Amino acid sequence: MALSYDDVIAKYEPVLGLEVHVELNTESKMFCSCSTTFGGEPNTQTCPVCLALPGALPVVNAQAIESTIKIGLALNCQIAPRSRFARKNYFYPDMPKNFQISQYDEPICFDGYVDVEIDTEEGPKQFRIEIERVHMEEDTGKSLHVGGATGRIHGAEYSLLDYNRAGIPLVEIVTKIVPGTGKYAPEVAKAYVAELRDILRGLKVSDVKMEQGSLRCDANVSLRLIGSAVLGTRSETKNVNSLRSVERAIRGEMIRHAELLNEGKKVKQETRHFQEDTGLTRSGRSKEQAEDYRYFPEPDLVPVAPAPAWIEELRAQQPERPSLRRKRLKEQWAVPDKEMAAMINADALDIVEETVLLGADPTKARTWWLGEISRIANEKEIALTDLTISPKDVAEIVALVAAGELTDKLARQVVEGVIAGEGTPSEVVAKRGIKVVNDDGALMAAIEKVCAEQSETADKVRNGLIPAAGALIGAVMKETKGQADAARVRELLLGHLGQPSN
Amino acid sequence: MIKNTAAQMSSALEKGETTSVELTKIHLDRIADVDQKVKAFLHVDGESALKQAAAVDADRASGKKLGPLAGIPLALKDVLAQEGVPTTAGSKILQGWKPPYDSTVVAKLKAAGVVILGKTNMDEFAMGSSTENSGYGPTFNPWDLTRTPGGSSGGSAAAVSAFEAPLAIGSDTGGSIRQPAALTGIVGVRPTYGAVSRYGLIAYSSSLDQAGPFGRTVLDTAMLHAVIAGHDPKDATSINAPVPAVVAAAKSGDVKGLKIGVIKQLQGDGYQTGVQARFSESLDILASLGAQIVQVDCPSFEYALAAYYLIAPSECSSNLARFDAMRYGLRTGEVDGASAETVMNATREAGFGREVKRRIILGTYALSSGYYDAYYGSAQKIRTLIIEDYKKAFTQADVLVSPTSPITAFKIGEKSEDPIAMYLADVATIPVNLAGICGMSLPAGLADEDNLPVGFQIMAPAMQDQRLYQVGAALEAALVSKWGGHLISKAPALGGAR
Repeated sequence: MALSYDDVIAKYEPVLGLEVHVELNTESKMFCSCSTTFGGEPNTQTCPVCLALPGALPVVNAQAIESTIKIGLALNCQIAPRSRFARKNYFYPDMPKNFQISQYDEPICFDGYVDVEIDTEEGPKQFRIEIERVHMEEDTGKSLHVGGATGRIHGAEYSLLDYNRAGIPLVEIVTKIVPGTGKYAPEVAKAYVAELRDILRGLKVSDVKMEQGSLRCDANVSLRLIGSAVLGTRSETKNVNSLRSVERAIRGEMIRHAELLNEGKKVKQETRHFQEDTGLTRSGRSKEQAEDYRYFPEPDLVPVAPAPAWIEELRAQQPERPSLRRKRLKEQWAVPDKEMAAMINADALDIVEETVLLGADPTKARTWWLGEISRIANEKEIALTDLTISPKDVAEIVALVAAGELTDKLARQVVEGVIAGEGTPSEVVAKRGIKVVNDDGALMAAIEKVCAEQSETADKVRNGLIPAAGALIGAVMKETKGQADAARVRELLLGHLGQPSN
Repeated sequence: MIKNTAAQMSSALEKGETTSVELTKIHLDRIADVDQKVKAFLHVDGESALKQAAAVDADRASGKKLGPLAGIPLALKDVLAQEGVPTTAGSKILQGWKPPYDSTVVAKLKAAGVVILGKTNMDEFAMGSSTENSGYGPTFNPWDLTRTPGGSSGGSAAAVSAFEAPLAIGSDTGGSIRQPAALTGIVGVRPTYGAVSRYGLIAYSSSLDQAGPFGRTVLDTAMLHAVIAGHDPKDATSINAPVPAVVAAAKSGDVKGLKIGVIKQLQGDGYQTGVQARFSESLDILASLGAQIVQVDCPSFEYALAAYYLIAPSECSSNLARFDAMRYGLRTGEVDGASAETVMNATREAGFGREVKRRIILGTYALSSGYYDAYYGSAQKIRTLIIEDYKKAFTQADVLVSPTSPITAFKIGEKSEDPIAMYLADVATIPVNLAGICGMSLPAGLADEDNLPVGFQIMAPAMQDQRLYQVGAALEAALVSKWGGHLISKAPALGGAR
């Protein structure tokens, strides 16, 4: 009964709409001076304003406005000369005021676009995603509903509230409807969110960590018969917390919608929650009866009216676009397509560039990050950037290898040591007593010993069977605890056995 | 001594003729004496008041330079947060709540050495014109204990009128300082919107609320005004400009050559005969002092009351949403299996009074989708028209005047069953709030028919608050010399040491 994705796209055209919430990385909250640091003890980062004590008033964080304008400019938006905050009224215990200060009919940025590129079997394809609006709002607190089957407030035995997050600045980026992506819809959506993430990271306005919720995507999907001008009913999938999930969620919703439509059923307009484990969505709150938020202009705040000169100043400070940067780095570093894609997928562009800027050879830097270090990160199931090893450490290791003070094999031990928290590469080298055996005398002693022990193999080499030397070299390396330079061992060994060394 | 003005007390303190502790004690005694009749206070904090007074006395003894109101006692409307002191806004939903912070007004009072005696009664969340809507019972008018002192700052007005405090702070959203000042025969000023910080003022209607001073004289009121006004970065709507020279204006009191505009729409039908008579008499006095009286037309004022009763409830429906039993205040209905929603509902049901619920429902309706344009939207348009009317009128006159209240103090219970009649008590004061300008009420005498105080209202453009005091002081001086003393000295004795 389950339709295949090919069945779906043969008959239907998907229409997307993406809403991305970004937590800004300002030091203080949107409307008060409380800290925004992630992971504090519950309710320690609160004050009369973000707890909505009687009489407390909001004051706009100027840094948040600056960050939002930067985002708007990077997304090719118009910046409103005057915009307003509004109150979105609804009751929920994790929202202290029981209204959210947001922007409604007068957002600060509007009418922009982002170009994204995806790889297809027909070669790279470009899509333009139009941006409807970028607006500011505040985050809610967090609630933990204990007891009850669903983990939701209904049926919970009790609920715990943490207001540390209440009032953290959020920017919401809303696309216009995105038609015309056809079968590529899931990939385009993923590429769009990835591009947004890269842009935001380049602007340094957010941590953009999807897994910590500092970048959250709600995906609206609807289907219409190919050729039809009428939009279908959409569902809105929340909780999409990784790039891969964006793709999976949209693909899954397309199939779910198509199955309903093929059976002559209606798609319900509702909020759905993405479930990482199954890749499916489950029904949330129904939106058939539109909730009435009773928006009205926030009377406690004055309109936001950024000076045109300031906007131009921010425009002039805009960093390089991520797509252009990728193109530039690919050329500068002479990276093959496949490796470039791997680096982007692994989110390693920034750290590799940082490492290169610290003097490391681009290929070496890339090889370390995508090779050994990525392997360890995968083992530990954490992000590359969350390891304790820094671009500075890697640059140092590359330099030590280049100077002949480490072999590649020894360098791997150093990487391991740095990640284990043993200190900087030179500290690890010192502590572990790692050193390349450069003393030819010591090497010769080991070589003689090994040749005596494995005289049959040594004879084979003497008789011109060069490949047999590998076993002897291995034994010598073992004898010198891996601290010898394998190339030098090979040279000395072949010389010892009367063979040319190159 | 309690009958003295704050200015007189201030000079007695400076000359060493009295101490702040002594002043505080006699006012606490007075409160103990009469407040069971007046019920102006919800909470009297004698111990901290005396401690604060002693600190001011010590500062004075050590030769520290003090402000003019240092050591003077004051009554604070319970709508302002004061750290560690019960603050209820007259509502049961906040019973027992002690703010962990000071409102900016309180911080300024403390910094100026003003001694806070306690918190005064008010209509719940400042919604009302008689103080009968308090969750803790009504306040009684010292002029006639069967009557209301007006509202919503009825407790503060009654405290000053009954000599329980020489000064008080109120808040004025639609007339809540000026109308009770009129009904109790004292002076009250609603400063320009944004002139006094709203930080820590429990919000009723954010775009209309403004704290302000009460005193028994124009000068006393100006001295308090100067202490509480000024820019505050914690209030985004606070005006960043120097405080108008209100004290100097109150001391000069000159109206020669000034144009005084009488608003056609704020007189006639619905205005009590005695009110109208005292108002005309005051106009004659101002003319005799050299002012030029002109008539001005403000046609949109007809719709002011209607616009107010859409805007204020709309904002309050949102402002009062935070009272949900989750973080502070009353919590009820917490029986086994009760959901958060049930507890919220039960708490709001039990904690809010009838008028508050009425306005929340009204405002929720006015903001709802499909009705927004017709109600909240139209009301905002009327607000713009009223601003335009004022703008035009102020091209014709330096200040505008009207009776403060169409009627004198009414009987307790007389209007409590008829919201529209109650709302009409603010018909002359509301336009000022909608336009965000400033207004004063000062005593114009007693109405012949009931021997109760009548208020004279002066209005000035935004941040021209000094004009209120200039005109008010001139009129006051003429009236006082005519009466042979302040009107308040004619108030009947309440018993105790007057």
